[in-house]
Amino acid sequence: MISAKIAIKNLNLWYSDFQALKNVNTTFVANKISAMIGPSGCGKSTLLRTFDRMNDLIEGVRVDGQILIDQENIFDPKMDLVKLRKKVGMVFQRPNPFPLSIYENIVFGERIHKSNLKRDQLDESVEISLKSVLLWEELKDKLKKPALRLSLEQKQRLCIARLIAVKPEVLLMDEPCSALDPQATARIEELMRELKNKYTIIIVTHNMQQAARVSDDTGFMLLGELIEFGHTQEIFTAPKDKRTEDYITGRYG
Amino acid sequence: MRNPYRTQKIAFFFLLIATLLIVIPVGIIVLIIIEKGLPAISWEFLSDIPRKGMRAGGIFPAIVGTIYLVSGAIVFALPIGVLAAIYLSEYAKDNLLTRLIKLAIVNLAGVPSVVYGLFGLALFVVFFKFGASILSGSLTLGIMILPIIITTSREALESVPYSFREASLSLGVSKWQTIRHIVLPNAIPGILTGTILGLGRAAGETAPILFTVAAFYLPQLPSSIFDQAMALPYHLYVISTQVPNVDEKTRYGTAFVLLAIVLVMNLIAIIIRYQFRKKKKW
Repeated sequence: MISAKIAIKNLNLWYSDFQALKNVNTTFVANKISAMIGPSGCGKSTLLRTFDRMNDLIEGVRVDGQILIDQENIFDPKMDLVKLRKKVGMVFQRPNPFPLSIYENIVFGERIHKSNLKRDQLDESVEISLKSVLLWEELKDKLKKPALRLSLEQKQRLCIARLIAVKPEVLLMDEPCSALDPQATARIEELMRELKNKYTIIIVTHNMQQAARVSDDTGFMLLGELIEFGHTQEIFTAPKDKRTEDYITGRYG
Repeated sequence: MRNPYRTQKIAFFFLLIATLLIVIPVGIIVLIIIEKGLPAISWEFLSDIPRKGMRAGGIFPAIVGTIYLVSGAIVFALPIGVLAAIYLSEYAKDNLLTRLIKLAIVNLAGVPSVVYGLFGLALFVVFFKFGASILSGSLTLGIMILPIIITTSREALESVPYSFREASLSLGVSKWQTIRHIVLPNAIPGILTGTILGLGRAAGETAPILFTVAAFYLPQLPSSIFDQAMALPYHLYVISTQVPNVDEKTRYGTAFVLLAIVLVMNLIAIIIRYQFRKKKKW
């Protein structure tokens, strides 16, 4: 049996009075890309943001149930949020590099996590991180340039490199290509396929073709419920639930 | 039939007049003070103590006093103001207490400066027994400029995009580290602008220092923070109303120096803000 990297058990989440997630149960396997699809407001981004407890920042959020990452319940009061977020990194919808140089963006996390790092350790980490997002050749001579001057695609890759530098195990991607053009999207998808060898990737997307192209598993969500979760091919060719079928064939709503 | 272009022209005309009405008095004030004050400016005027019952000599002790007071006010108000602003914008939950605090800050900004003077007299001079001293004056001025510093610092902190904080937190950086390494550095130009505006205000006020520090005539420089000191705004008041037969030149010269200090501070604030906006690309 393949071990579950992440297991969700009876997860419910409320924003004050509004229940955004309803009794969600599933597991995500390591070294695979899992896509969450569903109409706007179905709770897929909310679900993604529970994995690194980013929802904690919003006032009035209440959760019950469990999310086990490596058998550890992340809602445990003893859970160290800093440790959790080092392990579970997030790539956002809009690329959000810091207003610093390319180099400083990548070493930002490491600098804070570890003191007295040597210059060559940092240099090495920058090289490894940029290579893993296929930016090294393009940018190796421009590391001191401000990151805000990069193209959108380069920025998004840089944001992924910045995450990789703190050595996470899970990458959460919240519609990572929605600000990008089709060519850039294709290249980021290519990168995701490359990255899944090392990381567990969960992507939220409103683009069904993207889910079909890039993911191994797909989950369909509707009104806070996880309707169906399974192999991408099965979900797209032989969905078990009528509602999944309606959504996939475009008959939803 | 109505001609829309004619009404538009009339409207623009009145808008222009209203705008000019703002610019003209400022221009006239500056011009008059430069015209009448500039001839008084000499090395002696800036570096000598007042002589002959303040009718001759210079205004050096008043310049030094003002610099001491303003520095003292900033040493006191900047750390407290920035820390309070960080608390209010980053940590405080939106509840009754926070709303009360914010209301208090707004009201603090509206308190007449003479009331600060009286407050400083009661608290620092009398209750804490600091006497009329640079310390009392600085603290009083500091309290007066606190609301300016808190308000501008909060705006600066809140203008740092949420996405930066999110990105930082998702790297496993704690909230305080995020504030320290991402939010604060990006807010510093805004905080500086507010600080300098506060400085300008502190340098120009008479009422808060009236009962707390200002000396009528003190020919030597203060030697500690428990000494009284002369200060430019109060000195100007004294030689304009309390001492007969002071040269008009001396009075306008003093006003010129005071105005120059305040304007230079505002100019620095504007330059910093301009540089910041030029650099800011998010």
